[in-house]
Amino acid sequence: MSVIDGSWQWFTDSEHWSGDSGIPSRLLEHLGYTALTVGVSAAIAIPLGLWIGHTGHLRGLAVALSGALRALPTLGVLTYVVLLSGIGLTPITVALTVLAIPPVLAGAYSGLESVDRATIDAARAMGMSEWQVLTKVEVPLALPLIVGGVRSATLQVVATATVAAYVGLGGLGRYIIDGIAVSDYPRTLSGSVLVVVLALVLDGLFVLLQKAATRSRTVTVPARP
Amino acid sequence: MTTRKLIAFGSAAALALTLSACGGDPTDDGGSSSSDTIVVGSAAFAENEIIAEIYIQALEAKDIKVEKKLNIGAREAYIPALRSGEIDLIPEYSGNLLSYLDPDTKATSPEEIEDALDDALPDTLETLDFSKAEDKDSLNVTAAFAQKHDLTTIADLADIDGLRLAANPEFAERPYGIPGLESLYGITGVKFTGISDGGGPATLKALLDGDVDVADIYSTTPSITANKLVTLEDPKNLIAAQNVVPLINDKKASDKVEDVLDAISKALTTEDLLELNGRNQGDEKAAPATLAKEWLKDKGLI
Repeated sequence: MSVIDGSWQWFTDSEHWSGDSGIPSRLLEHLGYTALTVGVSAAIAIPLGLWIGHTGHLRGLAVALSGALRALPTLGVLTYVVLLSGIGLTPITVALTVLAIPPVLAGAYSGLESVDRATIDAARAMGMSEWQVLTKVEVPLALPLIVGGVRSATLQVVATATVAAYVGLGGLGRYIIDGIAVSDYPRTLSGSVLVVVLALVLDGLFVLLQKAATRSRTVTVPARP
Repeated sequence: MTTRKLIAFGSAAALALTLSACGGDPTDDGGSSSSDTIVVGSAAFAENEIIAEIYIQALEAKDIKVEKKLNIGAREAYIPALRSGEIDLIPEYSGNLLSYLDPDTKATSPEEIEDALDDALPDTLETLDFSKAEDKDSLNVTAAFAQKHDLTTIADLADIDGLRLAANPEFAERPYGIPGLESLYGITGVKFTGISDGGGPATLKALLDGDVDVADIYSTTPSITANKLVTLEDPKNLIAAQNVVPLINDKKASDKVEDVLDAISKALTTEDLLELNGRNQGDEKAAPATLAKEWLKDKGLI
């Protein structure tokens, strides 16, 4: 029996669709890690990126730091945090947040930088405060790129969250890592397929979100005199 | 184990090159007297290398000609090398050797494994006397936990409700793992945490932090002694025996060679391996050859 046939049988086995180690609960765990991480990253990186993009301060540092963060191997960070804080949700959240911050940060500051300077000058000339310039002009215009940053972070996180299984957590990585551990390659393949499908579905949702962000931009701006 | 596997790939590739380079040796007439040099190999991890060094130095001390081919990856690489005569002798672990040769084996006690190995090994290879030393999965608890629940054997775990156990993920499904705990010892409802580091630092941390009660750690890992962990006895042979044993090419197993190797197996203990590994992996970073020499002197074998 080939691995692909085996994987098909694995998917069609009703046993794999229920219980704590069934596909729905593993999928939820995986989405949970992803949502938590992207949420934490966005809470840190979007305000920071907006501040950098609006003021132009520390841009060089942000670029260098995101580059350095991108270079950190996730599995290494994960193991390191486990040794510091023990097993649990903390290590995976830290490791994946490190991975997700650079794209979110880059999306936020480059989004703001992409806004036409003349538009911002016009807003200031109209007497808008800095806060109003940011929230009423810059952010709406930069929104597609900001969402693009979150989209790219989400894709990386959803694909990498499989490493959670290395240190005793759940998620779709369990199928991949347990499958390898007992040489059950159909299970490993099925886990990988699930991760790919989840990534594609999430990416599709972000495409819609980005379109909505772009539409809102083209409508809003001309409407503001 | 991942590192071991990675090294195995590299070594297998290197070995393949070596093998093809020595094809068609004109001096090899295929007879048993072609050479009396014993080529000693080892798997690609420190403990195995230390034992191989012990074999080498003990044989050399008896004026037996020896050639070293250490660090030959995993079984997938060195068993074929033994079969082909590329190497003649390697320190092996009885249970894993048997399950490599016969994946469906049910043997777990040292005696069962010894019998089964006789049948499973090709005619050209034989195992000599088993040593008492074993490097195998072992269930460990902290000293405090052992005292609190009065634990000495795995059977004592049956009284603890909601036992939490950390091990490599395969422990959840393999016969020596959760299924065996249930069928042999009647331990049920174990909350399992799969940590893929082969009983390494993350597993140890989980045990010491109290995130789990029991951790599966290889029996010769220095962290067991360093942290005063209590290794639970396994009276029902849940975990297959992994006695260190010389695996040797039949043609090279002269009485003289067998005497030397049997004396080593007689003297070698799991505690010795713990100490040797500790000195090799700890701050001292003692070389395998140095450790081998000192051990042989301590035991009065050279």
